[in-house]
Amino acid sequence: MSVELKEIIKEENIVYRKTPALTGNVMHYCPGCSHGVVHKLIAEVVEEMGVRDKTIGVSPVGCSVLAYNYIDIDWTEAAHGRAPAVATGISRLHPGKFVFTYQGDGDLASIGTAEVMHACNRGENIVIIFVNNAIYGMTGGQMAPTTLVGQVTSTTPRGRDVKLNGFPMKITELLARLDGTGFVTRQAVHTPPAIRKAKNAIRKAFENTKKDKGTSFIEIVGTCSSGWKMTPVEANRWMVEKMFPEYPLGDIKDI
Amino acid sequence: MKGNEVIAEAAIRCGCDGYFGYPITPQSEIMETLMAREPWKETGMVVLQAESEIAAINMVYGAAACGKKAMTSSSSPGLSLKQEGLTYLAGAELPCLVVDVARGGPGLGTIQPAQSDYFQATRGGGHGDYHLLVLAPASVQEMNDFVALGFELAFKYRNPVMILADGVIGQMMEKVRLDDRVPRWSDEDIERISGEWALTGKKNERARHVVTSLELDSYKQEEFNHKLQAKYRRMETEDVRHEELSCDDADYIFVAYGSSARVCQKSVQLCREQGIKAGLFRPITLYPYPRLPLQALARRVKGFLAVEMSAGQMVDDVRLAVNATAPVEHFGRYGGVIPTPDEIVEALKKQIIKA
Repeated sequence: MSVELKEIIKEENIVYRKTPALTGNVMHYCPGCSHGVVHKLIAEVVEEMGVRDKTIGVSPVGCSVLAYNYIDIDWTEAAHGRAPAVATGISRLHPGKFVFTYQGDGDLASIGTAEVMHACNRGENIVIIFVNNAIYGMTGGQMAPTTLVGQVTSTTPRGRDVKLNGFPMKITELLARLDGTGFVTRQAVHTPPAIRKAKNAIRKAFENTKKDKGTSFIEIVGTCSSGWKMTPVEANRWMVEKMFPEYPLGDIKDI
Repeated sequence: MKGNEVIAEAAIRCGCDGYFGYPITPQSEIMETLMAREPWKETGMVVLQAESEIAAINMVYGAAACGKKAMTSSSSPGLSLKQEGLTYLAGAELPCLVVDVARGGPGLGTIQPAQSDYFQATRGGGHGDYHLLVLAPASVQEMNDFVALGFELAFKYRNPVMILADGVIGQMMEKVRLDDRVPRWSDEDIERISGEWALTGKKNERARHVVTSLELDSYKQEEFNHKLQAKYRRMETEDVRHEELSCDDADYIFVAYGSSARVCQKSVQLCREQGIKAGLFRPITLYPYPRLPLQALARRVKGFLAVEMSAGQMVDDVRLAVNATAPVEHFGRYGGVIPTPDEIVEALKKQIIKA
C-alpha cells in the first residue's frame, strides 16, 4: 500500500517545526558550522518565553556579524569587541528588556577583553553568548586567543607556539571569578543531548535576566570546519578529542 | 558656575537619558558634578563611569540605538580613543552628544587648553567619509546653550554632534542663565520621534529594527554614502552659525573660535584704539563651516588673521572660504599656551598690515 506524501504532511503528524522567531533567511554559514544551531536555540528560547518584543540582540564583528538577518528581533551591530559596552548602554536605559550579546572568540577574548571583563564585573543584567571555535573564521582562519597549543592556523602555520603566542585563553574561567557574574557555563552543540543542554543553559540565562542575578555567560565550544580545513564530521571529532580537554563542558558557576 | 559643571547641569535639565564617561583632565568635573547631583533620583537619568573612553562611547552607541538622548565627554587623548565609536555612530546614523574639552597634544601632551583637535573634530576623525556637526562655545553660557541645541541637531540629522570646547571654557567661571527643566522623553515620545528605527523591542505589527553600519554590497554602500553626503549638504544650508563683532567697517578681520575668540575681542578693542579698523569673525559651527559669510567679507577687506591655539588647523577652512580673494595668515600659540591680546595685534601688524 503506497502512502502519498501529502497524506503524511498534516498538522497532527508534525513533530518539529522552525520557530517563528527565526526569519527564514538562508544562513550564510559553512556546512558543519555551529553558529546556525546556536542561533536556532536562542530563537527558540526567546519564542518559548514569549519575550520577542522585549529582547534586543547585539551582534559582533566576525562570522556572526549577520546574526540580525536570522533571528527576528530588534538588533544592533557593535564594533569589534565592543558588544558588552553597547549592551550595557541598552540594558541600563531599557531595564525591563532582555539584552544579549553574541560574540566569537576573537571578538570577545581578544579585542574585546576589557569590555567583557568590566561588563561582567559590574554584573550587567545581560546574557553573553560566546562561541569559541579556536580560530578567526571570517578573516580566513587566523590564530584566536583560544587557539590550542600546536594548532595550525594561517598565522601559526607551524602550529601555535607558546613562546611566541602565549597560551589558549580560558576567559570563561576568568569571568567566573568575578563577583558580577551569576551564571557561567560551557556547552557544545555537536550531539542532540548537548544541544538540549545548551538550550537549557540559554533558557536559564534569559530567566536570570528577569531575576537580575548578575551577568549570565554561556560559552559554546563550536566547530569551524572551513577554518580547521576538515570535513564537518572530522571537525566534530577533533573538537571532542582536542578542544574538550582544554575547554571542559559543564557549569562553572551558578548562584 | 564652571563651564564643565554647566555641561552636567544642562544635561540633566534638557532631559538627557544617559551619560557615560571616563575621567580625564580638564573635564572630569562633568562626571563628578553628575555623580554628586544624582539625577537618577530626580529624572531617572543614568550616569555611569565606564572602564575606558572606548567603552563609554560604545555605551552611548547602545543607548542611542534605543532612541535615547545619550552623551559622553572627554578631552583630546580620550577623543582619539572615541573615534572608532564615532565613525560607527555616524555610519549607523545614531544621534548623540560628545563634549571635547580640548588640551594640548600630541600624545599625552599637556593638561593646559589647546585648539589642536580641530582636524579630528571637523574632518570626521575616524575612518570613512563622515562628519560630526561641531559647535564651538566661547562662553560658559554657550556651554549651557549648546547641550540642548546639540541634542536637537543630533536628532534632526540622526548624527553625532560635538561640543568642541577647550580647557579655558571648561575651567572658567562665569554667570550663566540655566534652562528650565524639560522632562525626559517617554516611550511614546521615542516612538513618535524615532519609531522608525529605534530599538524598542520588535512588536508583531512591525518589521525588526536593525542598527548597523555594515553593507557588503559596494553599490549599496555607495548609495548610503550619497545619503550621508546629502545630509551634510543640508547641514551646510540650514545649520551654519557664526557671529561678527565690528566687522561692518573693518579693514582687517580676526577669525577665531572658542577661547581664542574671547582673547581676540580684546585685540579688536586694542586695534581700534590704535586707529586700526579690525573686526572679529567667530565661527560657532566648525562643521559646517560658515564659508559663505566669510566669502562675502573677503570681497571688501584687506586681510584675515586666523588666530588659533594650534599650529594652524582652522586656517585651512579660512583659506578655502576666502579662496585667494584676500590675504590670509595664521597666528597661533600652542602646546597649552594662550595668546595675549597684544601679541595678536602685533601679529596682525607684522603678517597682514606690514606697513
